[in-house]
Amino acid sequence: MTDLAVEVRGLTKRYGSVTAVDGIDLAIPVGSRFGLLGPNGSGKTTLVRMLLGLVYATSGTVSVLGEPMPKRAAAVLPRVGALVEGPAAYPHLSGRKNLRLLDAAGPGGRRAGRTERVDAALATAGLDVGRRKVKAYSLGMRQRLGLAAALLHAPDLLLLDEPTNGLDPSGIRELRELLVRLNEAGTTVVLSSHLLSEVEALCTEVALLDHGRIVYAGDLAELRPLTGRVLVGTTEPAAAQAVLGTAVVEVTASSLVVADADVADVNARLVHAGVPVTSLAAERQTLEDVVTGLAPGDGR
Amino acid sequence: MIRSELDKLLRRPRTWLSLFLLVLLPTVVAFFLAGTHTAPRPGQGTAFLGEVLNDGALYPAAALAIVLPIFLPVSVAVVAGDSVAGEAQLGTLRYLLVRPVGRTRLLAAKLVAVTVFVLLAVVVVAGVSYVVGISLLHNGGGGIPTLSGTQRLGTLAATERTVGSVLFVGWSMLGVASIALFLSTLSDSGLAATLGAISVLIASGVLQALDAARSIQPYLPTRYWLAFVDLFRQPILWRNVDRGIALQAVYVVVFLLLAWANFTTRDVKA
Repeated sequence: MTDLAVEVRGLTKRYGSVTAVDGIDLAIPVGSRFGLLGPNGSGKTTLVRMLLGLVYATSGTVSVLGEPMPKRAAAVLPRVGALVEGPAAYPHLSGRKNLRLLDAAGPGGRRAGRTERVDAALATAGLDVGRRKVKAYSLGMRQRLGLAAALLHAPDLLLLDEPTNGLDPSGIRELRELLVRLNEAGTTVVLSSHLLSEVEALCTEVALLDHGRIVYAGDLAELRPLTGRVLVGTTEPAAAQAVLGTAVVEVTASSLVVADADVADVNARLVHAGVPVTSLAAERQTLEDVVTGLAPGDGR
Repeated sequence: MIRSELDKLLRRPRTWLSLFLLVLLPTVVAFFLAGTHTAPRPGQGTAFLGEVLNDGALYPAAALAIVLPIFLPVSVAVVAGDSVAGEAQLGTLRYLLVRPVGRTRLLAAKLVAVTVFVLLAVVVVAGVSYVVGISLLHNGGGGIPTLSGTQRLGTLAATERTVGSVLFVGWSMLGVASIALFLSTLSDSGLAATLGAISVLIASGVLQALDAARSIQPYLPTRYWLAFVDLFRQPILWRNVDRGIALQAVYVVVFLLLAWANFTTRDVKA
C-alpha cells in the first residue's frame, strides 16, 4: 500500500512533432483535494487521459492507486471515477438507462443491486429527470449525469475535468459541497480546470501546468505570493493620495495601488485621516504573472 | 458486455428502420410482379425474378438477390462502421474504456452485435419475403423449382437450400462488416468508416466489371456474392460457393486482426 493516489515520473507524450506533455513528475497524496490548473492546451487533458490509460505515454511511468498504468488498468480503473472532457451519453436513451448500460458493461455490474446503485448515483449527483431522454437534457443535466456515472461505483479516486461546466451557481456550490463531503469520507479528488477560482474554492494542493510542463506544484496559498502592494478602494482617491504620498503607484477614479506590504498600516493611516475606505486587500500575483514568472523559457 | 451491446443495438431506432427498409424493397417488387405478371426476360434483371412468378416459394432467394447489391451491404456498413467510431464521436467510448471495459473485449462485443445484426437482416429478409412470396405470388404447392430445368425440389431440400443461401449471404456480409469495423477503429467518425467500407465495395464492383482487371478479380470482396444462386441448381454447383466462403473467411480474419491490432494500441483522444 502506498500513500500516493497518483504518481507520475518523467511522463512525456508526443503527437508527431508536438509535445503535449513534457517530462512531468507529479505526486498526488491519497485523501487530498488536488487541483490541476493550467490554460487550455497546457496538457491537462492529455495528462488525465494518460492517468486513465486512454492515451499511451511516449515515455515515463504512471502509477495510479499504487499500480502501474495502463498495465494494471483492469485492477485500477474499477476504483476510479472520471469525468473527462465533458459528459457523454446515448442521446436516444434516458439518463437512467444510460447508467444501467454503463453499469452492466464493466466489473461489479451484476444485475442484482443495479437499480439501487443507479438510483444512489443519480440522487448523489442531484439529477431527477424521470424518463426524459438525454437528447432533451440541458448542459447542466448532462454534467450531472456524467458525475453520476463517475460516482456509480463509489470510487477511491475521482478525476474530474472541468466538472462545473454548464452548472448554474447553486449547482456549482452543491457540487463543491458534494466533493468536500466525498473527500472527507476518504475519496481523493483531482480537479482539473483552467479557472483559478474553481481550484481555489475546492483544492488544498495544486499543480500548475503550462506548455506540457509542471511549473509549480504545492500549496495553493503559496502559488500566488503577495506582491508587497496593497489595493485600496476609496471614494476619494485624491485625499488618499495626499495621505499616503509617494507610496502610491497608481490612481484611478475609485482605487489606488500602494507600494506598502503592511495592510493594517495603510488602513490605519487612511482611517486616521478620515478618508473613506470601501475596500482593502493585499495584492496577490495573478495566475498569468505566476505562469510567466515560473515558466522556463520566456518569450512564448 | 455482450448483452449490453445487444441491448444498445436493439434499442436503436436505426436498427429497426434499416430492417424495415430491407424488407420494404422486396415487398414492393413483389407487389408489382403480382399486379402485372410481367417478369424480366430470362438472363436479364435480378436473379430468380423470372421464376418467382411461377412459384412464390422461391421468393426468399429472389429477395436476397434484390437487396444484395446495395441495400444489404449499406445497412451492414452503417451498423459496423458506426460501432466503434460512433462511440468515439459521442464520447461514450472513453467512458466505456474507463468503466473499465478491456479494448479486446469491447471489440469482441461489437463484433457479436454486428454479427447479430447481419443474421437478423438476412433472416428477416428471407422470412418476410417467403410470406410475401407465397401469399402474393403463385403458390406452387410445396417445394421449389430449380434453375436447371424442370426438376422440382421437395420441401425439405427447398428449406435446406434457402437456409444455405441465407447463411452464405450472411457470411458475405460479415466480410463487409469486418472491413467496416476495421475502418471504425481508425476513424472517430462513424460516417467516414461507413463511407470508406462502401467505397471499397463500389471499387470492387467496378473492377469486377472490368475485363482488364481480370487478374485480381478472384480476390475482390464482391466477386462471389451472387454465387448463392448456384445453390438452386440441380445438382448444386459448389465451385463458386466454396470459393466465396473461403475468400470471405480471409477478409473476415485479416480485417478483424487489423481492427484488433489498431484498436488495442491506439490513443483514444475522442
